[in-house]
Amino acid sequence: MSLLQVKQVNFSYNSKRLFKGNDQTTNILNEISFSIEEGTCLGLIGTSGAGKSTLGKVILGIQRPQQGQVLFQGHDIYNLNKATQQKIRRDLQVVFQDSYSAVNPRMTAERIISEPLENFERLSVGEKRRRVIELLERVGLSERDLKKYPHQFSGGQLQRINIARAIALKPKLIVLDESVSSLDMVTQSLILKLLSELKDDFGLSYLFITHDIKAAFSISDQIGVLEKGELIELYDSKDQFFSSKHPIVKRLRDSILAEHPRFRTLTTKVKLG
Amino acid sequence: MKAKLRDRLKSQKVIVICSSILGVLFLITLFAPWIAPNDPIAVNLAHKLQQPSWDYPLGTDHLGRCTFSRILFGARISLGFAMLIFVSALSIGLIIGIVAGYTGGWVDQLLMRLGDGLMAIPSLLFVLGFVGIWGAGLKQVILGLILVQWVYYARVIRGMVLSLKEQNYITAAKISGSSTWTIMKKHIIPNVLPSLAVMGTLEMGWAIMNLSSMSFLGLGVQPPTPEWGAMIHEGKSYIRTHPALMIYPGFMIMLVVVTFNLLGESLSERFGVKRR
Repeated sequence: MSLLQVKQVNFSYNSKRLFKGNDQTTNILNEISFSIEEGTCLGLIGTSGAGKSTLGKVILGIQRPQQGQVLFQGHDIYNLNKATQQKIRRDLQVVFQDSYSAVNPRMTAERIISEPLENFERLSVGEKRRRVIELLERVGLSERDLKKYPHQFSGGQLQRINIARAIALKPKLIVLDESVSSLDMVTQSLILKLLSELKDDFGLSYLFITHDIKAAFSISDQIGVLEKGELIELYDSKDQFFSSKHPIVKRLRDSILAEHPRFRTLTTKVKLG
Repeated sequence: MKAKLRDRLKSQKVIVICSSILGVLFLITLFAPWIAPNDPIAVNLAHKLQQPSWDYPLGTDHLGRCTFSRILFGARISLGFAMLIFVSALSIGLIIGIVAGYTGGWVDQLLMRLGDGLMAIPSLLFVLGFVGIWGAGLKQVILGLILVQWVYYARVIRGMVLSLKEQNYITAAKISGSSTWTIMKKHIIPNVLPSLAVMGTLEMGWAIMNLSSMSFLGLGVQPPTPEWGAMIHEGKSYIRTHPALMIYPGFMIMLVVVTFNLLGESLSERFGVKRR
């Protein structure tokens, strides 16, 4: 059994119009189906507006789809009893793109990271602090950062705190919603390295949502391409992706810039629109 | 940079001066029975309408009562009940604003349309109507003012909650398993409260003004209880011969209201809070 199974998910926004004719529906996700195995990472790439983030929210259980099912460890996450819901909540975590908006500016790093711990575990004050320090050290920060507020951290450090919060409960699946996209290249590769280490250590699975093809390839075992709400193709390897004949995949591929401008030819220029 | 710093120091100065004035007033209110030289409601017709003297620092009114003592005791009513109005309206507004903003949907619609309805009636008219139905008295006036006032808090708080609830950290909190109550306690209320404190300071002046005006109209505090608005009302007949009877309480109302407004204004400047 797969860890996560997404079955024919449809999601659309309904804009109700009071006076002018019919309601307007905008389809965001169209018949999406895929699965993620335990301990693997699925990279989901696509242009902005392709429905990547909505899909992430649907999987996290905060955006109910109109049709279809999301099965996590065999349970439909939108149709659960209280006890299973609590259990699944623990196993399903998220790291957002904007690290600053993902933390309450009035809370210290210690309080941010201990929030999930307080919700699920009865720990003494000392025990809790010990766990938080452990987590901080695991993501490459230290005990000294315990009492700092979000504005005292850099974007990369704050993203580490977000990661620490996500792994605090030892989840099974983490949705990485553009988690490295707002970081500079060096920090990006450091965070990606940390993520793949954590994956091996805890046996985590990731759904890595990104528009950055290179970043996606660096930690994903499988790559999916999402375009206009449809999952176009799934690739098991880099070669498969690069030999695909699909026009949208081709366009994505062409948009990867060569390492040096000298290698950029006319054909690799990005076509707008 | 320098100009900015100067502005900041200036607003800090205003904050310090205003809070010390209010602090002194608060102490006076608290210790009124010990400071006041005379009984504020003891009638002594033999001493009526006297000029200031050692026995009566601000003179006496038409019934020979000590004006100074009445102002001291009046502060207890004016400030105390204004505080009561402020705290009650704020609590109601906080609860309704958070519920409406966070729940959304028809609950939000119902509560906010109710608020709109209340706001459509001018506040003075509403309180007058309230008093018209339930009879004149402090209790009715206070209740009426609370009913008028909560709407403003509720609207502002609802707006803040609406924008807060879209923040990623609220979503992250939900995903890390926090219940709605925990999210309120940890994320929403602490982020709303500082702005409320600022807004509250501005609204305190409003509450004092309204309470005094209702008493001035003879609808709020009933004689012989000393209250600033009521004192102006009583002194009104002697405006030509003894204007001081109106000037002293009038000055006190002005002082308190202006101080609260200046303090609120500079606090909101300092913390970047918008009013209403």
